[in-house]
Amino acid sequence: MNLLRSRFAQAVLILIVAFVVLKFGIRPAAPWSVLTLYMAIVLLAVLVFVSSDSDSWRDFVWPIRATLVDPNRRLARLVFLIVLPLLFGYYAYTQAAAKPQAPPELRAVHPAPPASIQFRGKEIQITGLDNPLRKDQASYKKHVAAGAEIYIRNCMYCHGDNLDGRGHFAHGFNPPPANFQDPGTIAMLQEAFLFWRIAKGGPGLPKESTPWNSVMPAWEDRLTEEQTWQVIMYLYDATGQHPRRWEEGH
Amino acid sequence: MALAVVAFLTLLSVLPAVAQDAAKEPAYRAFPLIGSRLAVWAVAQLHLNFAAFILGVPIFAVIIEIIGWRTGDARYDWLSHEFVKLTFAAFSTTALLGALLLFLFVGYYPKFWTYMTSIFFPTYWVYALLFFAETFTVYVWYYGWDWLSGPRKGIHVGLGVLSNLFGTAILLVANSWVTFMISPAGIDESGALKGSVWAAINNFTWMPINIHRLIANIVFGGTIAAAYAAFRFLGAKTDEERARYDWMGYIGNFVALSAFIVLPFAGYYLGREIYAFNQTMGITMMGGFMSWLWIIQAILIGVLFMGSNYYLWLGMERIPGSERYRRYVPIMIGILAFGFMVWATPRSMVITLDEARAMGGTHHPVLGFLGVMSAKNTAVNMMILTTFLSFVLYRRANRISTKSWVGAGMIVQWVALGLAAVVVVFYGVYGYFVESMVRIGFSVYQVLAVLGAIGVVMAIDIPMFKGARSTGTIRWGTIAPRSQYVLILLAVTFTWLMGLMGFARSGIRQHWHVYGVMRDSSVDAVTPAIGYAANMITIVTIAFFALVMFIFWLGGLGEKGMAGGSGHHAPAPVFAGGSDADPTPAPSRESTGGRSPQRS
Repeated sequence: MNLLRSRFAQAVLILIVAFVVLKFGIRPAAPWSVLTLYMAIVLLAVLVFVSSDSDSWRDFVWPIRATLVDPNRRLARLVFLIVLPLLFGYYAYTQAAAKPQAPPELRAVHPAPPASIQFRGKEIQITGLDNPLRKDQASYKKHVAAGAEIYIRNCMYCHGDNLDGRGHFAHGFNPPPANFQDPGTIAMLQEAFLFWRIAKGGPGLPKESTPWNSVMPAWEDRLTEEQTWQVIMYLYDATGQHPRRWEEGH
Repeated sequence: MALAVVAFLTLLSVLPAVAQDAAKEPAYRAFPLIGSRLAVWAVAQLHLNFAAFILGVPIFAVIIEIIGWRTGDARYDWLSHEFVKLTFAAFSTTALLGALLLFLFVGYYPKFWTYMTSIFFPTYWVYALLFFAETFTVYVWYYGWDWLSGPRKGIHVGLGVLSNLFGTAILLVANSWVTFMISPAGIDESGALKGSVWAAINNFTWMPINIHRLIANIVFGGTIAAAYAAFRFLGAKTDEERARYDWMGYIGNFVALSAFIVLPFAGYYLGREIYAFNQTMGITMMGGFMSWLWIIQAILIGVLFMGSNYYLWLGMERIPGSERYRRYVPIMIGILAFGFMVWATPRSMVITLDEARAMGGTHHPVLGFLGVMSAKNTAVNMMILTTFLSFVLYRRANRISTKSWVGAGMIVQWVALGLAAVVVVFYGVYGYFVESMVRIGFSVYQVLAVLGAIGVVMAIDIPMFKGARSTGTIRWGTIAPRSQYVLILLAVTFTWLMGLMGFARSGIRQHWHVYGVMRDSSVDAVTPAIGYAANMITIVTIAFFALVMFIFWLGGLGEKGMAGGSGHHAPAPVFAGGSDADPTPAPSRESTGGRSPQRS
């Protein structure tokens, strides 16, 4: 129990508990980059905790100082002298050793849409555009049903029958297809954004933030304007999400 | 400084001729070695840093002077003078950098500058006149400190207020140019001014940036002034000097922290207006290739929150009676650390293919929820509430209320804070179940809950601790030296953050000088990658601090040989420092007129 009263022991314990919780308590496992970020924040918080008053700081530093200068701790010094470089060396090895996979990528969240696009030779203004089919509320169900059929014929193989990005071919793609059930995807976007993405696909993505590595086809070659809007209506209807509205100007 | 003013006015008077000649000239010239863009970038960032400092510091300097004047506490008068002294030293550098920036635009981007002149020429004169007015007002304010004391102190304070009004007006004019480049207004399809220049000035992002920059300038000024105090504290030779600069650092940090608490709200308003002006620009900024800037920003702001609180907790050590509040510190660290983690969680993570497959996509099914604004707004509001609580505990550390209603008052305060936290968390969670536009509106309720709680707590706290029993005198100067490094860290972090956010604001225009109106067709018409920008910002930040250190050194040089070494004509007031001794009683206003007794 005396050991637990030591600030140094408390700090080490907090770090270990935090690591165990973050590493094994989150399922699926948090990516290594995020785990590193979280642990850096926890380390900062622990350092603030132990040094936020002088008594605590002295208590924290005491075992470190004693290990470094106390003549009775010669053996401990020797152990650290051997173990610490070995640990650092092992860490350096794990970071530098070649792995049989592509390195992690820094991906942007959403590509920025253009103000307007050419859809089969017709200019469509994306900025401020709403889904024209929503004006006809009486035909809402008809459009959604048509959209569902279009989705199942064309989109399901990648985006999945649950619209969760886990279609038949999904495992072959990096990055995986978009998960429409995720509240961070279509729920954050106007329908015009989806229209652009469906119409132009991977080839129409902006130059910024490349490589996008998208295999999404440009569906304007296969779907009409009305069909594109219908499938968009289906995406929102089936996931229970609401499209983002345009902000009012001042 | 006079030289810089003359140079500026000379340049202004020949601008129409320069503009006419520019039509015959190439659109761009190449700056030697580093290229025109880097030259403009470096000078613009440096100019902005200095301008932010000289506009921000006088705002709180005059408030501190008014406090000293009304309370008769000479320490505040000395402190205000010390702050204005810093501003004064940076004034010439700001003006010279401004003139240099103008030369670069005229020389290396002549067509662009011709266009800007065709829209904003009338404002150039307003700017020059305001600059003149501010320069001379600050001159009289600074040099007339002793002359306009005693019964004339009101006039002196009036000069301080006036210089702030001129300074703010300068900011508004310059902001109109910058914001027009982002969100042009008042022009026809060819880009020519349609009617009054006012329409171009009052563009979509002008007012949001005015508010954001004004608040940020105060934070920036506070952090730099606190860093100056830390610099002087660490080099202090006597306990009294240490005590004085400890107090100055505390005030600088207090000012910075007070303004910093509302800064995220102003930033959110600006971001929302950018989205409203142009969706492409908004997505480029928040979700597109600049989205990773916000993760870096979150880390820096997390450091600022953690650092500011840490400084307050270290400062409590010099306050007898603060021990009773120690038990709250680990809880507050926990909330801040958790908020920091939420805020720094990226929406789209850096992942390997194996990790992506394990997660079922690029978004983590659990942590992905922390990557959207609902979670981030909740985190930042909780961090603001925690920081405010730190401040409240610090404020009452050596005081025990003698009011009979203290129990009821405390309950109401805790209820107000608790309710605010509940409202913030409720709307944060509820935000996941409503559409985007409704969710964005929730941020307003969260902000109002936090500001409301701050208002209620302070409205009770001030009368509750009026005439409170003291548990001991603050031992100024006895704070742990590491606290001073925290103050320097806060200044560097905030400066770096300003550079980063400046890059975001400017970079979202991408290959446009004036968005959608005047395309950038120079060889530099490519938006740099984040790493490149970060390196550039770091170099300029180092250059800024090198210049600031030089100015600090100059400030100290002027004091050498002066009695008391206060940097004023006479010694500064004495502080309680390094011991439990009571501070020197403040001289009464009747006897000193708000001045130090030794000064006249």
